[in-house]
Amino acid sequence: MQITSPAFKENARIALHDAGLQKALGNLKEGFPVKRSTAVARMPEFEQLRDEGTALKNHILENLDIYLEQFEANVIKNGGHVHWCRTPEDACKKILDICEEVDAKTVTKGKSMVSEEINLNDYLEKNGVEPIETDLGEYILQLRGDHPSHIIAPAIHLNLEDVSEIFHEKHKRPKSSDPKVLMQEAREMLREKFAGADVGITGANFLVAETGSTIIVTNEGNGDLTQTLPKTHIVVTSIEKVVPTLEDMTLFLRLLARSATGQEFTVYNTLSTGPRRAGDQDGPENFHVVLVDNGRSEMVGSEFQEMLRCIRCSACMNHCPVYGAIGGHSYGWVYPGPMGSVLTPKMIGIEEAGLLPNASTFCGKCESVCPVRIPLPKLMRHWREDEFSKHLSPKAVRWGIGGWAFFAKRPTLYRLLSISSNLFLRVMAGKKGHIKKIPLAGGWTDGRDMPAPRGKTFMSQYKSRKQR
Amino acid sequence: MSRTEILGNIRRGLKRGEATQDQKQAVTNRINKHARNIVPQRAQLPHEQQIALFVEMATEAAAQIYQLESINDVPKTCANWLQDQQIDTLVTASDEEITSLDWSSATNLTCVQRVAEIGDAASLTTSFAGIAETGTLMLHSGATSPTTLNFLPDNHFVILKRSDIVGPYEDAWQKLRDKTKGDLPRTVNMITGPSRSADIEQTLQMGAHGPKDLVILLIND
Ligand code: SF4
Repeated sequence: MQITSPAFKENARIALHDAGLQKALGNLKEGFPVKRSTAVARMPEFEQLRDEGTALKNHILENLDIYLEQFEANVIKNGGHVHWCRTPEDACKKILDICEEVDAKTVTKGKSMVSEEINLNDYLEKNGVEPIETDLGEYILQLRGDHPSHIIAPAIHLNLEDVSEIFHEKHKRPKSSDPKVLMQEAREMLREKFAGADVGITGANFLVAETGSTIIVTNEGNGDLTQTLPKTHIVVTSIEKVVPTLEDMTLFLRLLARSATGQEFTVYNTLSTGPRRAGDQDGPENFHVVLVDNGRSEMVGSEFQEMLRCIRCSACMNHCPVYGAIGGHSYGWVYPGPMGSVLTPKMIGIEEAGLLPNASTFCGKCESVCPVRIPLPKLMRHWREDEFSKHLSPKAVRWGIGGWAFFAKRPTLYRLLSISSNLFLRVMAGKKGHIKKIPLAGGWTDGRDMPAPRGKTFMSQYKSRKQR
Repeated sequence: MSRTEILGNIRRGLKRGEATQDQKQAVTNRINKHARNIVPQRAQLPHEQQIALFVEMATEAAAQIYQLESINDVPKTCANWLQDQQIDTLVTASDEEITSLDWSSATNLTCVQRVAEIGDAASLTTSFAGIAETGTLMLHSGATSPTTLNFLPDNHFVILKRSDIVGPYEDAWQKLRDKTKGDLPRTVNMITGPSRSADIEQTLQMGAHGPKDLVILLIND
């Protein structure tokens, strides 16, 4: 996927004027947040579950190497294989190797954000293996040559009309605007593909160290057909997804469904352990787990370690006013919204993605809904500091902050300046008490008036109160 | 090599070398305990109420539930349901429960025991646990219970005995560990209602890639 994060501002401007997108985003705002809060209200223990989930993730991260080795040992014990991959290239290459070993022509795919992260589809296509997305949303996107704009509702930026058009064009059937008919069409089209595929690739929501199992959580059932019908099942996943036991996985499943779609439980929670057993009549004969790092191991022990608690529920973006206004594509890479603004700079570099952690109102909504209490605003602030210390922020910002720092370090001057600007602003505002235009701050006053400061400055109030 | 580098990075971050025997043992002990985290109050009920909750939650998840007096009512119930849908073939699992059923009353229905194939209209399998907390069925693969039966056919019948209903998921894991002596089967499915998707304009549609109808046959035993 092409990175357009450096063009974030332009992306956002276009998105704000895209009527179709704005309509689609309207569905998001009325959907997920309402469903989440209803589900949370039905689970009185929800806040406790969040605390436990947060503590458990911290425990896992403190012992991450041990849990990963346990997981690996148990996959192998059950007859599967584990492949450790530092970079996206390593992972793509490994997956291609496995495909070539079994002479694969087509590969069906369940939904996997890690596979987007490593740009797997392009790689497979270039090397003569045809990837077929089977999640309905991903399937629509693949037909359009499009990419997901949301981590659990990939086609959320599209409207019914868009789906109707692309199906008509690609399926060569009469055009329909009935979602039921469209879904049935996709079901029929994909049936044969499931059976014909040589390899099935899924992601994983969690990896269970105790048993060497991987689990996927889906509503459609495509992930199950993807991993059951072909001879080889490849799980492409990342290192922070490991949990100790089935009980621990259960804690996260309780949090995930409610935080993500507001469901009591997702329709299919499927645990896969090794290849088919002796006597089994179906299921894959080969089971591979591709463990992707891509910068995660370096986050351990860093100021970004807490981000590794993320269970990819999407609650932060569903509640984010910025995401809700501009949609996921504006962020310019795989992971959008608040979690993406923290992860993307780590994965593609702060030089490319510096605008993302700046595109936040810091309203704190994301942190308040995050099931594992990731302090997303704090982590975005770390990136801003990093950007500043690497001299990457724009000149105007650097000069502004530099100028402010000059005065802030000289209290007497600072006070004089604040008293005089206080007076100046009041004079500018006149009797009405608000200012229509401020020189050099047109961008701010174009859309609203600035209220003039009232009363005395903070310091003079502080002084007079102290005397009392 | 990637493995060494990844583990090395993690250890550097944790400011230690390879974990000591004690640290590893502590992790192993934690795993072996299978300790439960908070189990919601909702899932901790007397058995009769668990059954009621199971029915309520499964119904909410759009599963159909038929409460049968005896397992012998299964053939008739399936046959009637399928006749309404004009379906004449039922593919079934081959566990003892199902093979011992007498299908002679279901005259218009052909039953075959095999894995599911594309185009199959209906299947019948057995669930080894029902989880009251969310109305969830737990099924697992094995020589007599192919996983494809749970996903390929358009309509899926599942036999569940009332005595196999538990409160929380944790009880089902325990039941599974007891049954399989800790070695998990290739696939464990937790199923809550029929397949669905909201990927087209955030409007929920039933029957995406899995069964369009999930029919639970709850047996009084
Ligand atoms: S950061 Fe928190 S809210 Fe956002 S996707 Fe991750 S777990 Fe969910």
